[in-house]
Amino acid sequence: MSPDFAQLFEYFLIFIVLLFITGLYCVLVSLSLIRILIGIEILIKASTLLIILAGYICGRTALAQSIVITLIVIEIVFMVVAGGVVLWAFRHTKTIDPRKLSDLKG
Amino acid sequence: MPSALILAPFLSLIILNLPPKKIMRKIVFGWVALLLVLQIFLVVAVPVTLWGSAPDFLASFFAFELSVDALSRLLLLSIGIVVLASLTVAQYVIKDQTQRFNFTNLILIVLIGMNATVIVTDLFSLYLFIEITSLSSFILISIQKDNPAIEAAFKYLMLSAIATVFILSSMAIFLLLSGSTSFAAVSGTFKNPANATLVQIAAGLFLCALFIKAGIFPFHGWLPDAHSSCPTPVSVLLSGIVVKASGIYVLTRLAISVFIFGPAVQNVLMFIGASSIVFGATACLTQSNFKRLLAYSTVSQLGYMVLALGCFTPLALAAAVFHLFNHAIFKSLLFVNAGAIEKQAGTINMDKVGGLAAKMPFTGTTSVIACLSAAGIPPLAGFWSKLIIILALWDAGHTIYAGIALVSSILTLAYLLAIQRKVFFGKLEQTLTQIKEAPLAIVLPEVLLATITIAIGLDFPFVFNNWILPLKEIVH
Amino acid sequence: MTLDFILLSCLLLAAIWTVMTIRLIRSIVGLAITSMILSVIMYRLDSPLAAVFELSVCAGLISVVFIITVSFTERVSKEQLPVRRKERFARFWFLPFILVAAALLLSQYLNIPKIELPLPVYGQNVRNVLWNLRHLDLFGQVIVLLAGAFGVAVLFKESKK
Repeated sequence: MSPDFAQLFEYFLIFIVLLFITGLYCVLVSLSLIRILIGIEILIKASTLLIILAGYICGRTALAQSIVITLIVIEIVFMVVAGGVVLWAFRHTKTIDPRKLSDLKG
Repeated sequence: MPSALILAPFLSLIILNLPPKKIMRKIVFGWVALLLVLQIFLVVAVPVTLWGSAPDFLASFFAFELSVDALSRLLLLSIGIVVLASLTVAQYVIKDQTQRFNFTNLILIVLIGMNATVIVTDLFSLYLFIEITSLSSFILISIQKDNPAIEAAFKYLMLSAIATVFILSSMAIFLLLSGSTSFAAVSGTFKNPANATLVQIAAGLFLCALFIKAGIFPFHGWLPDAHSSCPTPVSVLLSGIVVKASGIYVLTRLAISVFIFGPAVQNVLMFIGASSIVFGATACLTQSNFKRLLAYSTVSQLGYMVLALGCFTPLALAAAVFHLFNHAIFKSLLFVNAGAIEKQAGTINMDKVGGLAAKMPFTGTTSVIACLSAAGIPPLAGFWSKLIIILALWDAGHTIYAGIALVSSILTLAYLLAIQRKVFFGKLEQTLTQIKEAPLAIVLPEVLLATITIAIGLDFPFVFNNWILPLKEIVH
Repeated sequence: MTLDFILLSCLLLAAIWTVMTIRLIRSIVGLAITSMILSVIMYRLDSPLAAVFELSVCAGLISVVFIITVSFTERVSKEQLPVRRKERFARFWFLPFILVAAALLLSQYLNIPKIELPLPVYGQNVRNVLWNLRHLDLFGQVIVLLAGAFGVAVLFKESKK
């Protein structure tokens, strides 16, 4: 790997890891189900960036783009289904606070 | 011909949703059941060599790269059987016709997802179909709105998303190192010593994701809630095959054809498997909810499979897959029984029911058979698979793990017989004297699954030669 | 190179603002802005088609989905706002510190080992790859969309009481 590629890779990797930490923090600490979904979105965006970066460095941009296009389709459907579950939770328990969801223990 | 396994359900899905609504809703059960019976028949009747070489005229239109070998064949058989059992139970448990129609459509999507998972040869397509299976499972868990499965659905969603992120990162690293995501290319990266650290990191990430999907001990958080609070046919589906096709099968396939595990990884796998077994078995002892107990039992049995996989000799791998098949059968049977009790008695709290054996003979007998198979009592099928796992472990020199497996087997026997006594034998509760046996829709799958367990147990040499030995061939 | 650095910093700042802001609608707008910046970065990494997809779908469609979901749930009332603000701040304030610490640690200790890359392949077209080589992915996309359709039909309907 040529030296400026290596430096590029390092820079990008640091930012991607920071993005992962941000997303994970959001998922763990939020008090609203919808914000947890936003955190998951940020995590998936970081993975998308990692895939595109990998494609760029090894020269396979076409394959990486096909993967990312399919991934975005999966992401939409996942968010729609997750939104549906949050709506159902709201209609049932009148709150979107994840701490109040635990009616199952054991 | 393998593409028929995913195109036929897809075409059925489209046709069943076309306009003449009343006619379609009446025939939907028969059509899907026919499809599944056809799948089971094809898998049993067509030998492995013929799957690849049969003229696939669809291949001229679609460039699907699919392959069916002995491992996929066994999984396809278990998928067919468990989905058929789930579909039949749904005819009884889900009363509303619209809900039943939605359920059947979603089962078709799960079927496509799982069939495709076991026959693809590319890492990204594998991820895609695992995700399809998970998405339709979320929807299935939420299908009966009046049942509070909310926490379960959301926990499953979150953990599944984290598993997704791990798989994607791992795949990005493999793409970087090999330029492609097919199994052949990825296994090539393991042989190149220059990239060793990065490859180990990527493999480790992928394994963590698979542990989350399979519900193994450190990451099992979603499993008990999801399996116990959703309606029975969905529990049958989840515990019977989804957890295994998208978790354990993928682990096996990667262990055999793609990743190359060093001794360190094998030790980690065995340790995690053993802790799963012990954790699941001890957690079962304090449960009073029948379905939740069965969910923890699933965690324990999956631990057996991971333990055998970690051992990594050909015999151990074959035993793990055989145990997968047996577990699909007897766990589905136990969940069907739980569903029968729940519908007839109105509760699944074991402290509140008792003495049902006289009133529900079929359910009682098949439940006893399933429990004995789960605990590993001869001559039922579970005995053989557990025996081979313990023998394989002993052979490879891991005597401590073999001992743990043996002791946990006794523990499994203890808790299963305890619940049998509580629920089926003992005094009949006052409020339950009017109880009757469950209708044919539940009794039929119970009897069929029990028959399969007994038949495999008794006819073991035949099963061994035709289904287990070919598995050993693939490993080399 | 410096342009990439600036874009990446903007991406990170947008993500942090998305996580730390109090109002949910602002968070969703922040997500859309993050998608836009990500799309520009992807364009600079030689992936124009994926960039367009990300821009139109993630910065557009997903924001709409989130806003629809939020509009069905209740709003935080005016009295609760300062209380929530303090609560949030107490939980979220150490995110920037964690990030700065992680950045310093990584830049010191992150040594990418020398990697052997596969031989580059030139002249590949995304359309060619997607439509001719990856049929299984296209089939999977169709199934995923069907699953989404059923999900909407099952989950978004009010239960008839």
